Amino acid sequence: METYFEVLFFICAGLLFYPFTMQAARLFRPSGSSARKLANYECGVQPIGQAQVQFHPNYYLLALLFVVLDVEAVFLFPWAVQLKELGFFGLAEMFVFLGIIVVGLVYAWKKKVIQWQ
Amino acid sequence: MVEQLVWAAIKFAAVLGFMSFNAIFLVWLERKVAGFIQYRYGPMVTGKPHGWLQTIADAVKLLAKEDIIPALADRKIFILAPLVMIVPTFLLHIVIPFGPNLIVKDMEMGVLYFFAVSGFTTLAVVMAGWASNNKYSLLGAIRAIAQLIGYELPLIISVAAVVLLAGSMSTQEIVQSQASWPYVILQPIGFLVFFIAALAELNRVPFDLLEAESELVAGYNTEYSGMRWAFFFLAEYGNLAVMSAMIVTLFLGGWQGPILPPLVWFLLKIYLVAFVIIWFRWTFPRVRPDQLSKLGWKYLLPASLVNLALTSLYVVFI
Repeated sequence: METYFEVLFFICAGLLFYPFTMQAARLFRPSGSSARKLANYECGVQPIGQAQVQFHPNYYLLALLFVVLDVEAVFLFPWAVQLKELGFFGLAEMFVFLGIIVVGLVYAWKKKVIQWQ
Repeated sequence: MVEQLVWAAIKFAAVLGFMSFNAIFLVWLERKVAGFIQYRYGPMVTGKPHGWLQTIADAVKLLAKEDIIPALADRKIFILAPLVMIVPTFLLHIVIPFGPNLIVKDMEMGVLYFFAVSGFTTLAVVMAGWASNNKYSLLGAIRAIAQLIGYELPLIISVAAVVLLAGSMSTQEIVQSQASWPYVILQPIGFLVFFIAALAELNRVPFDLLEAESELVAGYNTEYSGMRWAFFFLAEYGNLAVMSAMIVTLFLGGWQGPILPPLVWFLLKIYLVAFVIIWFRWTFPRVRPDQLSKLGWKYLLPASLVNLALTSLYVVFI
């Protein structure tokens, strides 16, 4: 808890900073908008339909690949700190672990997940 | 307890001051560098010499702008997005070592903390792009996902190689372990991969696809204006400075250097890196989306993995 006191303080202060500044700016800024002003920008024409469309499925595949490798990165850091003490054993083990992940990456590569379609 | 609170408040004020200074100074620098590279002056009129008051005048203008939330926007998320953008920027400054004792908090897992927090930027960009209900914003957000996902991994893995050499995740200890050689010499591949990936994380040219002004107007923050937009801007330049600081900490020897005091060395190095990043903006063309994921996944990621393997062999056997 002692280590994260500053983090906690920064989170709270940051959370307060935004609404505080927005309120302070209220003293300086004009208010009152017209419907025209509140329309979405679409290069000057009337906006057509909704913009909140579905994402291409390829993004989900990329995201899955990312999650797998990102979790691997979390294991990588404690290992990196300790490697000098673990020695050859730790090295061999991480190579096996990374090898399995790299096989997965190569598979995704061959399946053209990474390519833009 | 009270003393601790007061100290935390002082540190927060210092970080806020540093961020505001960066937003003002780096924007001015960007305009001046752009001007000189393109054979013109840049800002000259407001504030002499060389228009140094221009960005302060801009900040005052932003403060006096009307607060517009589009009628079609998803109101709650639209208001929340700048908050999600700015809070991690404050948090990132915590582990930056400005000098031997000049750090908000030297954490044992500082580097991991830094990259865990920096991931939040993606979330803010996606929230802003989705909530705006604007086609340009959404396209910018979609590109942001593909980009930040693809470059986060090479970034983290090249840092793991540095952690291997230093044997610690504390930023302060990483700087101290570079007393004889900075890691840019021991880790040339790691440095290159990290620098390119950092450019992509910062959405800087040549990876500024999510706000490509010639195709997407302003990308994810098209619908934002006034103070809400200013928060994105503050966070963006805050991130530029803090990422430059991380590059300096990890690869360029941090605050170490002869004769001059550590803080001066550290700031000099930060603004040198920031200058190089700004220089890139006016030198390189933008990459295409298909080149973007290809570069990240097929070149940088394998390069960082090979670098990690070589470094671990070096640590164990030599």
